Amino acid sequence: MSVDSTAPLLQVEGLHVSVGDREILRGVDLVIAEGETHVLLGPNGGGKTTLLNTIVGLPGYRITAGRILFKGTDLAGLEIDERARLGIGVAFQRPPAVRGIKLKQLIQVAGGDSFDEGAMADVIGELTLERMIDRDVNMGFSGGEMKRSEMAQLLAQAPDLTLFDEPESGVDLDNIAVVGGAMTRLLKAERVGKGTRSGLIVTHTGHILEYVNADIGHVLYNGKLACKGNPRDLIGEIGKHGYDKCVECAICQR
Amino acid sequence: MSEVAARKAEIRALAEAARDKKAAYGPDLDLSAFNAAKDAESVESLEALDKQMKEVALGVGIDASEEGRSGSYFQVDRSPIYQRVTEMYGGKLEIMSTKEAVELYPDLMYEQYYWRAVAPDKDKYTALVALQETEGYFIRVLPGQKIDKPIQACLFVSENNITQNVHNVIVMEEGSEATVITGCTIHPKVREGLHAGISEFYIRKGAKLTFTMIHNWAEDFDVRPRTAIVLEEDATYVNNYVLMKPVKSIQSFPVAKLEGDRSRAVFNSIVYGLEDSYIDIGSESIMEGSGSRSEAIARTVSRDRSIVYSRGRLIGRTNDCKAHLDCRGMVQSAESTQWAIPDLASEGAPGAELSHEAAISPIAAEEIFYLMSRGVPKDEAVSMITRGFLDLEIPGLPPALRRQIDKALEETAKDSM
Repeated sequence: MSVDSTAPLLQVEGLHVSVGDREILRGVDLVIAEGETHVLLGPNGGGKTTLLNTIVGLPGYRITAGRILFKGTDLAGLEIDERARLGIGVAFQRPPAVRGIKLKQLIQVAGGDSFDEGAMADVIGELTLERMIDRDVNMGFSGGEMKRSEMAQLLAQAPDLTLFDEPESGVDLDNIAVVGGAMTRLLKAERVGKGTRSGLIVTHTGHILEYVNADIGHVLYNGKLACKGNPRDLIGEIGKHGYDKCVECAICQR
Repeated sequence: MSEVAARKAEIRALAEAARDKKAAYGPDLDLSAFNAAKDAESVESLEALDKQMKEVALGVGIDASEEGRSGSYFQVDRSPIYQRVTEMYGGKLEIMSTKEAVELYPDLMYEQYYWRAVAPDKDKYTALVALQETEGYFIRVLPGQKIDKPIQACLFVSENNITQNVHNVIVMEEGSEATVITGCTIHPKVREGLHAGISEFYIRKGAKLTFTMIHNWAEDFDVRPRTAIVLEEDATYVNNYVLMKPVKSIQSFPVAKLEGDRSRAVFNSIVYGLEDSYIDIGSESIMEGSGSRSEAIARTVSRDRSIVYSRGRLIGRTNDCKAHLDCRGMVQSAESTQWAIPDLASEGAPGAELSHEAAISPIAAEEIFYLMSRGVPKDEAVSMITRGFLDLEIPGLPPALRRQIDKALEETAKDSM
């Protein structure tokens, strides 16, 4: 796997994706540069999660045309774990419970050998995981606990690009601030010699943007990126007129 | 004729009549195919065993240094080669071969313990042990003694194609407590053979026995344990069983008789079916004492061409008894077979509460992908999930043994990659 340092971090080109016989994405083009956080808005069933899962490499998402480049490398044919080690992280909307694997164990696995006890203590403190850390991961976790667990694993993994699937869903107000704080830390952390990190946040409601800054917003509508602009402006417009009107509106910079 | 002599004759007659009696479960074995076990030489210390034997024994929880153990019993083929109670536990517990115990306490043994919980004519395997017994251990914990370090017992087969026919008796006197680790294994050079083992445990009023058994056999080796536990009032029995290596066939169905009020029995089993193993394990709890409780938890994984039966029988014979069965199986191969067979009965006890939860499922793909998304390669993700599934949190398990099981799980996971 060769890594091109001059290429944008993520480059999605003319992407068509089918799930079963159904085409979900119909020509998506998206470029995320190093240090940028993008937001993906759009109605349910519009293909937001499909785009994320295709980048992650989950089976069942068939690319029929186009390609995804990460650090200049075509992700086609790379396994999920290879993509993860290349620098792609994902916070799932509804991660599965895994019997017998403790949260602490998974955070350690995500962090790798260099993730020491101090780093573990820091993550546990940041996300107040004291009472969850020795439990089976996601087993009986509340919505907020699940999201905090995801954030902890990602803080340990420290990916260059983090994909967040509906980070605010099922989370109460107390937890949303904690989750938002962790997202900010994930996205803004500067690492010596490693450049800054990037993110792609999928959100249906846009609530999470009250806690995290994002640079660019997109609306994914009918399998295409229909609109691009300032995330807050886009949400304002969608709030007033709905997605149908938004895709034709004046603030679109596409 | 004395009572002892009469009983001896009776046991013999019962066994003779059951010589060809097939067992209720498991493949039928031709017992004439095996040779009689030979004598082995005694050792002054377990450290004197050869390196390979010590390593194999350690794999089933038997520590040759005896560190952290209150006592040891070590049998090779037909001979008890070592038995010792650590000094600070002198006068608190007895360890000897069953044969010695029968010589020392003939009346008591024949009247109360020896062939009293397991019938000599149960099947051809009990008959085999009754007719050609090759020792076994006798452990007795004196009244009120709380033995805080585990007692270890190793039943070791060193010669090819023999039958080791042991008869073990544990007596927990009133108010006593102990943990017994029994490791059953074979020398790496042994391929075929049979281990037939009678175990009769008597747990007196308020006593508690935690019995952990680790089995390591081989592809062509057959195993037929026959175990019964009798519990008096307020007695507790915890049985932990671990099988992580291939075996030709094993069939085991220990029976706990909860006779005393408020007695309690717990069975935990961790079974990993590999290669062509035929594994038929389970437990039965018969609740007769008022307020008696039982719980059986089994986790079974089947790989390769293994066949795994996970049985559990709960019988309520008193109104306020309560028991639960939880058996989960994970099938990891298209050529393996698993059966989960819960079996509940209320016999003249309309108030008995018996329940079960049985499930057989594949390893969940989404769990594998989840771990992979954190950078874990697929094969490692599969072994992590399998380990997690088999990782029963067994309360009261000595930490040393926990590490032993973890190590076995790790090694097995490594092998299967």
